[in-house]
Amino acid sequence: MTAHEDRAAFASAQAMQPRIDLLLIAGMVADGARVLDVGCGTGELLKLLEEKKKVDGRGVELSQSGVNFCVAKGLSVIQGDADHDLINYPDQAFDYAILSQTLQATTRPKEVLQELLRIARHVIVSFPNFGHWRIRAQILFNGRMPMTWNLPEAWYETPNIHFCTIADFRELCHVAGAKIERSFALSPNGRPLGSRVPPFLHNIVAQQAVFLLTAGKKSKNRIENDFPMRLKADTKKPRGVAPSRP
Amino acid sequence: MSRLLVTGSEYRTIPLACQLFQSREPLPLDCGRSLETFQIAYQTYGELNADKTNAILVCHALTGDQHVFDRHPVTGKPGWWETLVGPGKPVDTNRYFVICSNVIGGCMGSTGPASINRATGKPWGIDFPVITVDDMVRAQARLIDHLEISDLFCVLGGSMGGMQALEWCASYGDRVFSAMPIATAARQSSQNIAFNEVGRQSVMADPEWRGGRYLEVGTNPAKGLAVARMAAHITYLSDDALHRKFGRNLQNRQKITFGFDADFQVESYLRHQGISFVDRFDANSYLYITRAMDYFDLAADCGGVLANNFTGTKTRFCVVSFTSDWLYPTRESRAIVQALNAVAANVSFVEIETDKGHDAFLLHEPELFDTVRGFLESARAKRGLPALADGISGEGY
Repeated sequence: MTAHEDRAAFASAQAMQPRIDLLLIAGMVADGARVLDVGCGTGELLKLLEEKKKVDGRGVELSQSGVNFCVAKGLSVIQGDADHDLINYPDQAFDYAILSQTLQATTRPKEVLQELLRIARHVIVSFPNFGHWRIRAQILFNGRMPMTWNLPEAWYETPNIHFCTIADFRELCHVAGAKIERSFALSPNGRPLGSRVPPFLHNIVAQQAVFLLTAGKKSKNRIENDFPMRLKADTKKPRGVAPSRP
Repeated sequence: MSRLLVTGSEYRTIPLACQLFQSREPLPLDCGRSLETFQIAYQTYGELNADKTNAILVCHALTGDQHVFDRHPVTGKPGWWETLVGPGKPVDTNRYFVICSNVIGGCMGSTGPASINRATGKPWGIDFPVITVDDMVRAQARLIDHLEISDLFCVLGGSMGGMQALEWCASYGDRVFSAMPIATAARQSSQNIAFNEVGRQSVMADPEWRGGRYLEVGTNPAKGLAVARMAAHITYLSDDALHRKFGRNLQNRQKITFGFDADFQVESYLRHQGISFVDRFDANSYLYITRAMDYFDLAADCGGVLANNFTGTKTRFCVVSFTSDWLYPTRESRAIVQALNAVAANVSFVEIETDKGHDAFLLHEPELFDTVRGFLESARAKRGLPALADGISGEGY
C-alpha cells in the first residue's frame, strides 16, 4: 500500500461512525481522565475520548503512517510497541490504559498486561474471541486455521500471534494479578450480548470481549513465571496458607 | 540600521533589516565569564495578541539567522524556513507572533566574536568567551522578557534550533506551552563532534585566520571556512540524495580531465556551497557555534538522567526525525521521547520517511508540514486561542 492509499483508507475509516465497541470502551472512561491508548491505529478511539470525555489522551502506535496521521490530526501519539515501550512510563502515570484489539499481536501478552497494570489505575482490554463457534467450526470441520471477517489474514501473514478465548483471558488476568472489574461479551455487530445469553455461552457466541481491569493485590509484586496449572493447584489450597513454590 | 560584515578581505557595511535588543545587564555564561553588555538582532512577524499568548519562538540552526522567511539582506535569497513559516504556512504568521533571534556568538547582528570588545575597542576574535546552547537560551530569555512575554506558545527549531528548544524546556519549562524539537538530539554525538572538529581545524589551518585575529589585521580565512562548509554540507545530505541529484555526472564536460578541476557536478556544487557561505558568515562565529553544539549534553546537567530535566513538565512536546538523517538519526529523537515518557509528559513523536537527510527539515516535506499544523492546532485549542475564522482549523479529523 502506498502512503497515499494509506491516507485514503484512513480518511474513509475516520469518516465512519464510531464503532460500537469503541463507544462501549469510551463509556467506561471517566471525564477528564489521563488515558494511554496502546495500539491506537488511526486514533479513532483517542479522538472519540477527547471529544466525548475531554480526556488528556496519548497514543502508542506501531505503524509510522498511523502515527503521522494521528499527529497531523492533533493527537499526541508516538511510534512504539506494547512489548518494548511501556517500560519507559512511570508507575500509575495514567488513569486508564487501553489495549484495543492489540493484545493478540503482542509478543508477550502477560508482561504487556502487567506493565499496563503498573502504569495505569484501570486497564481496558478488548480482543477477538478465538472461542467463537465459527472459529471452532473452521478448525473442527475444515481442519484449517480460521479466517473471519475481522481476522482476515492467513496464518502465515497475520500479525496476530497470540490468540486467546474469553476463558483464556480470564485465566491470564488471574496469572497476571489483574482484578476483573467489569467484562462484556460482544456480538458480531459489536453490541454487548443480551441477558438472554447465559454467561457460559459467551465463550462460544461472543465475537469479541472487553474487560475493565485493576491491579489486584498480587500485581504489586511481579509474578514469576507462574504456570497456569500450578496456579490452579495453588488456588485450591486453604486460605491463609502461602502457596508452595518449586 | 547597519552592521559591519566581513566579506573577502574587507569590511562591508550592509543594511540590517531587523530589530535590535540591547541588554545593559551582564549575562553570566556557563564558562564562568560574563558578557557585560550584549545585543540581540531579531525579527518578528505577525502580531502579538492582547493577552500575549500567541508568541512562537523559532530557533535557528548552526548557520541560520533571524531571517526566517523574509529576504536575506546579504544573499538576497528567501528566508531559511520560508517553507514552514509565513502567512498561511504551518507556522502561520496571520495567527501567531513569530520571533526569531540571531544567537549570541552569531554574526548577523547579535553579539559574537566579530563584535567590538568595549574593553579594547577591537573585535573580540577568539577572546570572545566560549558560549553554550544554554547561554544562547539565557540571552533569548532576556529578549522575551524585554518583549514582555511571560510564556511562549511554542518554541520550535531544527538541529541546533532543536537543542535550543529542548534547553528552553529544561531551563524555562514553565514559560513554554509547547515545543517542537526537530532533527535534533539531547546531546551532541561523538561523530558530530568529530565533524565539527574537522570544520574548525580547516578554519584554523588557513594562514589568513591569523590566530583568530583576522579582523584586526584585515584578512579573512575564507578558504578554510569554505572547506569547513563543504565538509559539513555533505553531512546535511544523504548518499541517496546526492546520488539522485548528481550521480557521477560530469560538470560541463564530456570526459574526465585527469586533473583536479571540478570534473564532477557534485564537486562543483560543493565548491559553490563553500564559496557562497563565506560571503555571509564569520569564521570565528563558526568556531564558537560548533563548539556550543559540541558542549550540548542536556542529561549531563541533570546527573546523567535526561528525564530529570523534564520532571513535572506541563509542556506539550512534538519530536520529529527523518529516516535518512545520519547527523541526528531517529535514535537520538527516540531517546528524547523515552525521557519524556519517563515523566509521563505529553509527547508526540513522528519519524518522516525521506531520502533528503538532515536538511529535510528545511525542505519541502508535506508530512512535516502536516505534523506541524496538526500539533500547533491541537496546542492552540488547549491554549484557548481562537480558531481561524475561515474554517481551515475547523476541519479537524
